[in-house]
Amino acid sequence: MTEPRRPVADFATDFDHTDPQWVSDPFPIWDDLRTRCPVAHTDRYGGAWLPVTHDGVAAVAYDTEHFTSRSVIMSELRPGDDDLPAPIGVAPPITSDPPFHADARRMLLPAFGPKKVAAYEPFTRKLCRELLDATAGRPEFDAAVEYAQHIPLRVIVKMLGFPAEDGDIFRRFIHTVIEDVGVSAEEREAEFEASEIDEYLDGRIAEHLAEPRDDLTTFLLEAELDGQRLHPDHVRGTMILLMIAGIDTTWSAIGASLWHLAQHPEDRRRLATEPELMTTAVEEMLRAYAPVTMARLVAEDFEFEGCPFREGDWLLLPFPAANRDPGAFADADDVILDRAVNRHAAFGLGIHRCLGSNLARMELRIALEEWIARYPDFELSDPGAVTWSAGQVRGPRTVPVRIP
Amino acid sequence: MRVHVDQERCQGHNRCHAIAPDLFDVDDLGFAHELGDGAVPVGLEEQARLAAANCPEFAIEITEDA
Repeated sequence: MTEPRRPVADFATDFDHTDPQWVSDPFPIWDDLRTRCPVAHTDRYGGAWLPVTHDGVAAVAYDTEHFTSRSVIMSELRPGDDDLPAPIGVAPPITSDPPFHADARRMLLPAFGPKKVAAYEPFTRKLCRELLDATAGRPEFDAAVEYAQHIPLRVIVKMLGFPAEDGDIFRRFIHTVIEDVGVSAEEREAEFEASEIDEYLDGRIAEHLAEPRDDLTTFLLEAELDGQRLHPDHVRGTMILLMIAGIDTTWSAIGASLWHLAQHPEDRRRLATEPELMTTAVEEMLRAYAPVTMARLVAEDFEFEGCPFREGDWLLLPFPAANRDPGAFADADDVILDRAVNRHAAFGLGIHRCLGSNLARMELRIALEEWIARYPDFELSDPGAVTWSAGQVRGPRTVPVRIP
Repeated sequence: MRVHVDQERCQGHNRCHAIAPDLFDVDDLGFAHELGDGAVPVGLEEQARLAAANCPEFAIEITEDA
C-alpha cells in the first residue's frame, strides 16, 4: 500500500497538487502564491515548478522549445530517454512536440470541428433526458455520479464505436491514470500493466479492421500520416488520449457547474428564465471551474522568471489558476453568467489547445440546458459530503442534491 | 471597421465564430477566418469587438476606419 503523503509545509516551496487542502479548495493557495511567489517549487515528484499567474501560465504554454509535452501528467513515474517511442509519445498528439505534433494533430482536427461535433448533439440531448428520467420522483440523488459522469463517457464510447456497456472499463483505467499519481513509480507501472487496456483496445481494433464502421476507430485506422497508415501504437495511444482527455474533464465541468448552481438560486433562476444567457454562462463556468491542469517537462536548463529551471524538472501548468488571476480577469473569483469579456484558458493556450473543446462545450451546454429545464430548483442536500478529485483534473465526484 | 484573424495565432478555440457568426467562420480543421474581406457591416461593431476581446490567443485584429 502507498504511504499517506506528507502534509505540505508551505505551498511556495513544497507544493503538492494531491494535498487535501489543494484538492478541496486550491483557490486560496493560488491567491496567496500570486502575491508572494508567482512561480512555486517543490522537491516532490523529483522536482517541480508551478506558475500561478495568467502571464506565467501563458508563457510556458507558448514555449515549446524550453518545455516538452513528452509527459503531461506529473507523477513519480518520470519518463526516461529511452522508454517512450519518440517522437510520438504515449498518447499522441498531446504527448508530442513539434514538428511531429502538428501533423498528428492536423489529422485529428476534422473529427472534432464544431460542425462535426454538432452531429452528436441529438444523441447527447437524448442521453441527458434519459439520465434525468431515471431520477424522476426521487427527492435526493447524486448529480455527479448519476448524471454528470455518464454524459462524456457515453459520448466518447459512442464516437469510438465501442459497446456502451464497456464504460466501466474506461472509468477504472482513467482513475488509475489521472488520480493515482501519488503512488511509487513501480506501483504505477504495475497498475498500467494490470489494467489490460492495450488488450481491450486491440480487441476493438480487430473488430473494426474486420468490419469498418462510421466511427472514430475506423477513422483512426484509415488515417494516414505522410502517406502511411498510423502505427498501431499511435492508434491505441490516441484512443487512450480520447478517453483520458474526454471523460473526467467534461464530467468535472458539468459536475462543478451543477455544484455551483445548487448553491446559487439567483444564477439558477437566470438560466431558467433567460436561456440566451447559456452561451456566456458556459464560458464562465469553464473559466471559474476549469478542470484541467497540464504538465510539462523542462527540456533544457534555463532561467524562468528568476527561477533556475533544470532539464527534466516537472512543471505544472494550472489553467484554473490562470483563469482566477485578478490581473487578467475583473472580479476573478465571482461567477458572472453574462461576463462579456472572458478570454479564459480552460482549454489551454497555444498549439495544444484542447482538441475536444468543441465537444466539451457542447456537452456542458446540453447537460445544463436539460438539467435546468427538468430541475430549475435544487440544492445541495449535504454540502459536507461533496468530494473533489485529486490530481490534474479537478471536479466534484459526489454532488448530493435535493429536489424540493 | 475591419476584422482579421491572424492564422499564425489562431488555435481553433471557436470563440469568435460562436460570438459573431456573421463575421467569422471556421474551416474543417476548426481554424477561424474572417468572412469576405473582413469589413464589419453597420450594427455588428460590438460583436466584432466582443469576438476580439474573447479570443484566448489574441488572434483577432480590428482596424477602425480612419
